[in-house]
Amino acid sequence: MKILVCISKTPDTTAKIAFTDNNTKFNEAGVQFIINPYDEWYALVRALELKETMGADVHLVTVGGADCDPIIRKALALGGDEAFRINADSADSFYIASQIAAHTREKQYDIIFTGKETIDYNGSGIGGMVAELLDLPYVSIAAKFDLNGTVATVNREIEGGEETCEVSLPVVVSCQKGMAEARIPNMRGIMAARTKPLTVVDPVAADTLTSVVSFELPPAKAGVKLISPDNVEELVKLLHEEAKVI
Amino acid sequence: MSILIFADQVQGKIKKAALEAVQYGAKVAAQLGTTATALVLGPVDAAELSALGNYGAQKVLHAADARLHEVESIVYTKVIAEAAEKEGSQVIIFPHNFDGKAVAPRVAARLKAGLVAGAISYPDTSNGFVVKKNVFSGKAFAHINITSDKKIIAIMPNTFALTPGTGTATVEAFSPAIQDSDFKVKVVKTETVSGDVPLTEAEIVVSGGRGMKGPENWGILEDLAKALGAATASSRPVADAGWRPHHEHVGQTGLTVRPNLYVAIGISGAIQHLAGVNGSKVIVVINKDPEAPFFKAADYGIVGDAFEVVPKLTAAVQKLKQS
Repeated sequence: MKILVCISKTPDTTAKIAFTDNNTKFNEAGVQFIINPYDEWYALVRALELKETMGADVHLVTVGGADCDPIIRKALALGGDEAFRINADSADSFYIASQIAAHTREKQYDIIFTGKETIDYNGSGIGGMVAELLDLPYVSIAAKFDLNGTVATVNREIEGGEETCEVSLPVVVSCQKGMAEARIPNMRGIMAARTKPLTVVDPVAADTLTSVVSFELPPAKAGVKLISPDNVEELVKLLHEEAKVI
Repeated sequence: MSILIFADQVQGKIKKAALEAVQYGAKVAAQLGTTATALVLGPVDAAELSALGNYGAQKVLHAADARLHEVESIVYTKVIAEAAEKEGSQVIIFPHNFDGKAVAPRVAARLKAGLVAGAISYPDTSNGFVVKKNVFSGKAFAHINITSDKKIIAIMPNTFALTPGTGTATVEAFSPAIQDSDFKVKVVKTETVSGDVPLTEAEIVVSGGRGMKGPENWGILEDLAKALGAATASSRPVADAGWRPHHEHVGQTGLTVRPNLYVAIGISGAIQHLAGVNGSKVIVVINKDPEAPFFKAADYGIVGDAFEVVPKLTAAVQKLKQS
């Protein structure tokens, strides 16, 4: 069995968000980069669990420059077998999905895992786009994935509940909390990761359908209005008359 | 050339996020000098369909096929693409909810349409086709230009307030070409928390954190939620500890909510939690620690013991509702 895990480089969850070049570029100064949490904690770890229980080759793919190599090495240290970095700017989700689809056409995977979204662009589009480009079934925002032969049972989130689905491999699944528990790489894994294959691949020709014009930070809050705990009626009055939300 | 809006339903009722999408699509249609067509898939009451006129749709395409009751992304994509072709739609609107996230990216790839997911503005067509969206989990916004001919906008739920009017929509039956063999993902079981407002659609959310001390104390929070007509939520440590179900977890790795009012009780307000709630219009924080970072992001705050403040607050809300 072959599993592909799509990973993305994102700023750490606690990173200060600021922009440069007239608000057109993310300010990377002093920012720690990590594997997108959904890709690592849920997609990658679930792939590794499947590898441990039923045997599988776990491949990693990312679209980006050489600055992605440290996070790819970390994913290898966690237990990925082989990594591919498609050497291109990761600006538009359709462009990225086209690269991953081209890679998959060549390698043929039984399962393609992505995170449910990245914590920087919050696009949540790669999984669905890859599935469409490859004409594969897609289960989005999955919290559970089990395999019985070539049939997967997947739980996906819906408004106010959960659906249990069945689907035959190959399949594309976007992963969220519930799929697996986060792991920390051990020393053996870190040593082994140094010699695992990381292949840099040239991108295929693909269209870019969107572009970022500029970024903007939200306006600062005016400041909190504190109300005495002995005067909750005042809070209710303010919510009703001033904020008009109740 | 009509704007096409994917209006999803659950149990035969059009979702609130879908109504918001219809209203948004109608506004974009007016902006571009065209009409709005809503597409509804699966069995739905006739009254639900014609009521979409109240949100600005001129026409409703309805595929009543019972097989479309649940979302199958391959099938939905085929059907939406066929409807877009039939209506000559260059712009398609989705709600950015679970159904939208399952389907919009597929449709985007199929039609080679640029996608803005989680839009919070109407398109600015003065220089291109620029839509504003949340990025960095709500910590910033980006203005995205869709450069392709076909364009897809998935709008953030609870962002565009509903202002229903009294329009009428023509309902047209639609029989897309789908086969049983198109259904690859089969839903075998659905579990929903019945009676509750879905968290992402709720206008008021009451949320609890570690300060609640244990699951047995959630009663006071639920009482307040009931008085306010709110949905309940939790912070990540609470979900991780199993005090509350995971689908209530709000924050960077959980759900993003944008209610009119978010009441945070015993939540310190770590940056990862704020990422999931900072789109809320008004934030109330109740915490006994005056140094809790959440107060910096709040509009109103009470420094005090939740176990004393919350029941009093519930009583005060009930009093207001009765008056």
